[in-house]
Amino acid sequence: MDEKLKTELSKQGIFATSLQELYNWGRRSSLWPLNFGLACCAIEMIATTMARYDLARFGAEVFRPSPRQADLMIVAGTVTKKMAPQVVRLYNQMPEPKYVISMGACAISGGPFKQGYNVLKGIDRYIPVDVYIPGCPPRPEALIDAFIMLQKKIDAQQLTGEDRPRHLTAGQPSEFVVPRFGAHDLEPPQNPAVWHAPLVQITKAGTDESRND
Amino acid sequence: MNLETTKSSLEANIPGCRLEIVFNGSPSAQHSLLVDAEHGFAIAAYLKDAPDLRFDFCSNVTGVDWPSKEISAKVKVKKIVDGVESEVEEVQKTRTQGYLEVVYHLFSQELKYGPLPLRMRTEDRDRGVHLPSLTPIWRSAEFQEREVFDLFGVIFDGHPDLRRILMWNAFQDHPMRKDYVDPDDFEYEPTAHDQVLQRASQHRSEAGGR
Amino acid sequence: MSTVTNPTAQSQLEPAIDRGEEQLLEISMGPQHPSTHGVFRMNVVLDGEVVVRLKPVFGYLHRNHEKIAEFETYLGSMPYTDRLDYICSITNNWGYALAVEKLAGIQVPERAEYLRVITGELTRLQNHASLIGFLLQDMGSSGTPLMYAFREREKILDLFEELTGARMMCNYMRFGGCRVDMPAGWLGRAKKVVQEFPRFLDEYERLLVGNEILMERTQGIGVLSRELAINAGISGPMARASGVNYDIRKVDKYSIYDRFSFRVPLGAHGDVYDRYMMRFLEMRESLKILNEAMRAIPAGPIVDPKMRIRGFRPKPGEAYGRIESPKGELGFYLISDGSPNPYRYRVRPPSLINLTVLEDLCIGLNVADVVAILGSVDIVLGEVDR
Repeated sequence: MDEKLKTELSKQGIFATSLQELYNWGRRSSLWPLNFGLACCAIEMIATTMARYDLARFGAEVFRPSPRQADLMIVAGTVTKKMAPQVVRLYNQMPEPKYVISMGACAISGGPFKQGYNVLKGIDRYIPVDVYIPGCPPRPEALIDAFIMLQKKIDAQQLTGEDRPRHLTAGQPSEFVVPRFGAHDLEPPQNPAVWHAPLVQITKAGTDESRND
Repeated sequence: MNLETTKSSLEANIPGCRLEIVFNGSPSAQHSLLVDAEHGFAIAAYLKDAPDLRFDFCSNVTGVDWPSKEISAKVKVKKIVDGVESEVEEVQKTRTQGYLEVVYHLFSQELKYGPLPLRMRTEDRDRGVHLPSLTPIWRSAEFQEREVFDLFGVIFDGHPDLRRILMWNAFQDHPMRKDYVDPDDFEYEPTAHDQVLQRASQHRSEAGGR
Repeated sequence: MSTVTNPTAQSQLEPAIDRGEEQLLEISMGPQHPSTHGVFRMNVVLDGEVVVRLKPVFGYLHRNHEKIAEFETYLGSMPYTDRLDYICSITNNWGYALAVEKLAGIQVPERAEYLRVITGELTRLQNHASLIGFLLQDMGSSGTPLMYAFREREKILDLFEELTGARMMCNYMRFGGCRVDMPAGWLGRAKKVVQEFPRFLDEYERLLVGNEILMERTQGIGVLSRELAINAGISGPMARASGVNYDIRKVDKYSIYDRFSFRVPLGAHGDVYDRYMMRFLEMRESLKILNEAMRAIPAGPIVDPKMRIRGFRPKPGEAYGRIESPKGELGFYLISDGSPNPYRYRVRPPSLINLTVLEDLCIGLNVADVVAILGSVDIVLGEVDR
């Protein structure tokens, strides 16, 4: 529809929109996060919801304690191997459409604790992540920026066609395999459907170039 | 509190105990008392209840891993060389005994002094890893002894609830030991070096040398 | 490598126990729970609503800090100590710096000591304010006291950001002093924050202390006796609420705390209400220390001039250094073998030791009281699990 016609109509109190815009507007403006903080980034997440950096004005009005009522999981903090099955279970329990923000260096790739026997090197090994926020801990403004980025991503989602999101495509999984505790490590150590290790090209001189396959 | 008088007081009251003062080389001068595992419980009970000592506050329980080391020393040995007996220098290699050690830091709130580090050592790092648990004397040792069991493998006899505390129950290893090898997790790093580079190149060769 | 199996270990989860016609219910509170202060789990066995047994389970945030410290140099572990008790990062730094200074015999200049005291007491203020806010949120007040507490916390975090460059992970202490000196005007701004703080405390107290619901839910709940507190190694405000007169600032007289006149408040009952009121009283004492310190801070270097951090290799030996952190006695035990990395690095976490008596406090009470008691113990999982 012509943009000028739209603005004219809206001045008269008539709003013309498409189903896709309306659907996406509703989804993005009321993202309710799951009350889920793991470590230090959780304190910055709480500070973001407090009076100074109020996250509620962007739609995250209530943090739901139950995953059945939430549609955004902000993984804030280090995910350890002991906690990983619980995180994946919580993700499986959330109803579609669901989004994940990986907040902080630890949730992206293990962070400063990467050398750990109990640290999962990034939550994206088991569940698909939409937005990554680097930082240790990221400032509240960074979390708000990521939130708005996620809202823009949701706005750009198509209802039909090839670029449909996962929850509108038949045959795409909405639940992912929960790792089990093994004798030395989690089994499986990562979910191959979601993540694969990027291949690192090592030249003879010892320097390496990375090449994503 | 004088460590020497404490030691003589203990030796007088608990017959058969073997004590040793471990000298501390750092400026903190916190010399510790090494006790044997057999009398460890009795010694601890005496330290807590004796009216001139009254160590009622056990602040910290630490596990330490001392793996066995190879020591080579040059020794003069009499040997027959070309038919003549002479003194020859030989390099002798000995292995020290490896053990696990548990250190308790004790304070006295009543008489206001401390710390007294108390040490107990196991026989070796494989089968002989039993030590008496001091949880019945100081309740604060409960979780900390569980942690030493979990991460080092010391078994505390007499602990009310000895099971893993930080790792999951099916975990088999004792991660804080010096010879622990963590699972190959393939950490991706843009500037890989040392061990990470080694492991990355192993993954590369497994993937078919692409 | 041989592994050790313990023949006497019990299974962690026992099935619901049949007691004739009754049946006990075992629930798992956590690790994802709105009120558990992080990833903490409690296996609670209930008879109706009354707690019969409670076993805490942790390790969900075990980031093997101690193992990483064996690979890092001494100074390289300093940023990791920030992440132990992540709400009070500066006091963690201080505990570690103190332990290394004991190990290597390093002296700290005057100005650095004053800076340490000022930042340490500011940390104590914001920790206690946040804790009261969290405790009240757990009891159902939906975030309003927490908003007030975080409003003050943001002011203090602004000061930290100006001074150290980061809001939370300050990485401020060095062996022999502090990393960076105060920028121009910082002292004036800090004095202003400290001057306005009593008004916030009065407002907070007026809203909360005489509150009927709070008194009903916390008085007489979770009583900790003095003898059990000493025997179980409880330290900090939790022990002082049970009448144990042990404040490491007064006992060890570390740093320059013997120059300031402040009292140590003690509780008479040892219940949740006492532990909660203890934080209010301690905040007022901290304000006294801050006022005196900010008036008397001298000029001078902020790091020991003889300290060389490049190639820092302390002599072989060991040291145990401890401070009074806002949660309790935070101790660091270091064994050095003469190399640049510590041979053994151990953190004595106050939150973990304070949790030893959680079961004793909760038995016989309702499930709702468990949440209030856990809030009053003041745990931070980064410290419990390291």
